[in-house]
Amino acid sequence: MESLLKTKDLSGGYGKETILRDISFDVAKGEFLGIIGPNGSGKSTLLRLMSRVLSPQSGEVSFEGKDIFRMKLDQFCKKVAFVPQDTLVNFSFSVQEIVLMGRIPHLGRLQLETKRDFAIAEKALSLTDSTYLKDKGIDQLSAGERQRAVIAKALAQEPVLLFLDEPTSHLDIGHQTQIMDLLRKLNRETSLTIIIVLHDLNLASEYCDRLILLDQGKIFTDGTPEAVLTYQNIESVYKTVVVVKKNSISSRPYVMLVSEEERCRRG
Amino acid sequence: MSTNSKKILFLFLILIASISFGICKGSADIPLARLFLQANRQILYLRSARILLAILAGAGLSVCGTTLQAILRNPLAEPYLLGTSSGAGLGAVLAIILGISGIYLPFAAFAGALLSMVIVYNLAKDNKKVPVQSLILSGVIVAIALSGIIVFLISISADEALHGMMWWLLGSLQVYQLNLLFIVGGIVLFGVISIAVLSQDLNAISLGEEEAVHLGIDIEKIKKILFVITALMTGAIVSVSGMIGFVGLIIPHMMRSIVGPNHKVLLPAACLGGAAFLVLCDTISRTIFVPVEIPIGVITSLVGAPIFMVLLKRRQKIR
Repeated sequence: MESLLKTKDLSGGYGKETILRDISFDVAKGEFLGIIGPNGSGKSTLLRLMSRVLSPQSGEVSFEGKDIFRMKLDQFCKKVAFVPQDTLVNFSFSVQEIVLMGRIPHLGRLQLETKRDFAIAEKALSLTDSTYLKDKGIDQLSAGERQRAVIAKALAQEPVLLFLDEPTSHLDIGHQTQIMDLLRKLNRETSLTIIIVLHDLNLASEYCDRLILLDQGKIFTDGTPEAVLTYQNIESVYKTVVVVKKNSISSRPYVMLVSEEERCRRG
Repeated sequence: MSTNSKKILFLFLILIASISFGICKGSADIPLARLFLQANRQILYLRSARILLAILAGAGLSVCGTTLQAILRNPLAEPYLLGTSSGAGLGAVLAIILGISGIYLPFAAFAGALLSMVIVYNLAKDNKKVPVQSLILSGVIVAIALSGIIVFLISISADEALHGMMWWLLGSLQVYQLNLLFIVGGIVLFGVISIAVLSQDLNAISLGEEEAVHLGIDIEKIKKILFVITALMTGAIVSVSGMIGFVGLIIPHMMRSIVGPNHKVLLPAACLGGAAFLVLCDTISRTIFVPVEIPIGVITSLVGAPIFMVLLKRRQKIR
């Protein structure tokens, strides 16, 4: 498989503090990769380093064979888009205006959006089932609708690689499934490469083809959900007792937590 | 014609109407037709200069306010927030105390503005970045410190200097030097055009700084450019007209409620709306208690505050 993104001995953090150490992995084109790990294990930092928001303290990230910090920022953003955990916008931009902003990397400073840009925005809206939101203000939407609008903006960038930082953490299970189904559809149909940080292990297991489990700024394991989500791995990283079964519908691993009361009762 | 172009045209007509109104009104009302007679040449000349300054200051301060509200993502941001005006104020007060007046006074004020800009910027700077929170805090702190010095200087200075200082600190659109007006006009025009070129970047930045980076915008560079441009504009305007408050805060909000937050439309709207607002306020300040002229800062606050309250209430109703 053709490699799209590669990190080599990547270390990084904020100021003098180092959060991630010596991270090396390779992401092939068309992969659906989930990054999981406890709070503070460096998931978001890793995403920031790979998306140029944060410069590495050492090591490098390359995209299509080029060091991302040597690329021109707008060239990088024509191919790579990012969906944050939640986007709170102070101003009442309409959803269409927000989605059209996804075209900014493709436009010159004084260039107005062309018919083609509008068509791309239109398509992004319909892919995310949010065409009906087009004229609504972004500040009038529910969390789920807002997240779909933001994903539509990212898709309007026409990326080949999409980063998402816990995009479903503020959503109920109905909306979680909707967003994850959409991502899977995009991944399967347009071979969009997806790198997603997730908190919910079962959601990660259900949708990702590959998982990277981070622990204290290092890669603990990297592999298929079956290989990564074993009770031994989870117990040693998350410091809690779990039982891992097979989801009877998808036959993917399913992680069940065990409360202290139950643990005491069963010895 | 799109709705937005109609709204801009409407604002333009309002500006034309306020200019025609302002030029006829004064200590003596002269109908527009008679204003161009030889006998009234002097009055026409004086009022035109004054209206030109009102347009420059109104448009410039509103555009600066709009820009700062976007980059600082703070609805309270206004051109005076970052300490530039206090620097200009200190420069002016010092000049008055030292007996410097006339054409040199604006230069002293502008020098003060530049100095405070450098101090605020360097206080906020952390490595190569300038976080907006630090920028707001250092701006406020520098403004407080400089205002303290201003009040101290006022309290120890002679009575005859006091009037000049108060008058300057409250703002006035009296034009003393036509040449200066053209210099300020040049700076404001340059600033407005540069900011308009960056309107796409302003849209992206109003979503958040990391969001803007993901859309390919070199955020630190853009912030620096916009900070310097707005400080230069504010400094230039304040040094000829004193501290005219409220315009830079209220007009951006007002225009956003009319044309929406997209800077490609919002910036032209702020220009027109700010200019019209200040021309009207100036007309009121000249005519309400003839022959006494009320400081324009008083009028902008008294007219602006009620409008702002109505806007706030309306927004709460929508939610």
